[in-house]
Amino acid sequence: MTSYTALFVRELRLAVRVGGGALMGVLFFLIVVSVIPFAFGPDLNLLSRLGPAVLWLGALLSTLLGLDRLYEADRDDGALDLIVGSGRSLELIALVKALAHWTATGLPLVIAAPLFSLFLAMPPATIGSTMLTLLVGTPALTFLGSIGAGLTVSLRRGGLLVPILILPFCIPVLIFGVSASTAVAFDPAGFHTPFYLLCAVSLLAAVTGPVAAAAALRGGLD
Amino acid sequence: MAISITALANPTRFLGLVDKAVPWLAGLTALTLLGGLALMVQSPPDYQQGETVRIMYIHVPAAWLSMFTYALMTASALGTLVWRHPLADVSAKAAAPIGAAFTFLALVTGSLWGKPMWGTWWVWDARLTSVLVLFIMYLGLIALWRTIEDPTRAARPAAVLILVGSVNLPIIKFSVDWWNTLHQPASVFRMDGPTIDGSMLTPLLVMAIGFTLMMVTLHLLAMRNEVLRRRVRALGLITAGGAR
Repeated sequence: MTSYTALFVRELRLAVRVGGGALMGVLFFLIVVSVIPFAFGPDLNLLSRLGPAVLWLGALLSTLLGLDRLYEADRDDGALDLIVGSGRSLELIALVKALAHWTATGLPLVIAAPLFSLFLAMPPATIGSTMLTLLVGTPALTFLGSIGAGLTVSLRRGGLLVPILILPFCIPVLIFGVSASTAVAFDPAGFHTPFYLLCAVSLLAAVTGPVAAAAALRGGLD
Repeated sequence: MAISITALANPTRFLGLVDKAVPWLAGLTALTLLGGLALMVQSPPDYQQGETVRIMYIHVPAAWLSMFTYALMTASALGTLVWRHPLADVSAKAAAPIGAAFTFLALVTGSLWGKPMWGTWWVWDARLTSVLVLFIMYLGLIALWRTIEDPTRAARPAAVLILVGSVNLPIIKFSVDWWNTLHQPASVFRMDGPTIDGSMLTPLLVMAIGFTLMMVTLHLLAMRNEVLRRRVRALGLITAGGAR
């Protein structure tokens, strides 16, 4: 068990130090949120209605664009071959790497969301529900995204391919996340069903993501 | 002569079989489609929809085939990952553009049918959206195959993605039952029998058989092209290696 803990700590340390780029995701998130009012106009009523959707879209985009960090740096310096050749379960390695990646890039998004929601004039209940759905939903995005990162690990330039491959699978997360966040403002009872479905999708992704990513890594590295 | 699926692992034997089967299949496809079109012209117009109901005879088989092709790719992906059958990846790769074409056809004919009937080209209803997602997944798979230069290296990543994407198939099938949608629910494959009248069901089924035959013919031809393309690539690599 300790080797997986060591891997988790290593990933986290690499992500937050120079060259890790963990906080780039939050910066990108901030830019997406601040660009939205230029597109839709600065009408606060409209923005407060669109708020959860804007935050979810921003979180989705910055998660997807940060995914190339998941395996690319390790592949470049050869660490990935050592990790894969260590004889440990590749599925658990994929799970631990995805969890560490989420802690470094996804969790800051969740923490920053309430701050950014002030730009969008969102009511307090909606801020809370959006933060909660992001907390439950962004791990699903990272787990699903790890499949794309594994698929493109052998490519020199994965680039736009990962978002293209992974976005269709993120649609259910987006649907349930946004509908649970917005439901609170109009009908508190409408929060539970989409929220539980979002939890289910996250759990499913936590299983499917690492297993498929491990299969993709095995295919991509040999 | 009995040909098992293992014997077909030899591409030369497979190519021989394709050469023998394709003329028959192509002829049968042409006959069935012509017959289907003739039946379609004779079938009565709908009492509500009038002549536009004839779009159905293209739209419904194309939509069925868009899902059937993905199911075929899922089976091929299993063949790649579990049995490592050398032709399974060729089959999946050859099927993707055909499936994308059928999905595109279903979306376009549906849109053309939706304008006079629903008054709009597009609605974000569950069935339409899930089929659009299927179309995007086909394009994503094609992009993946086109990005990885070596086709043997692309086989496993593509198979993994196909398997993960197969969750969309039941979503498409049951989207009309799970959510209240503008798109009508199933009227042919139902537990209590088809609710569609026989005068329309017969041409529809003939068209569906014709579309399936066409898909099988195109798939075999595309697989043959893919096998030959890989041989050309291998020969080119050998020549380049010899020149060095």
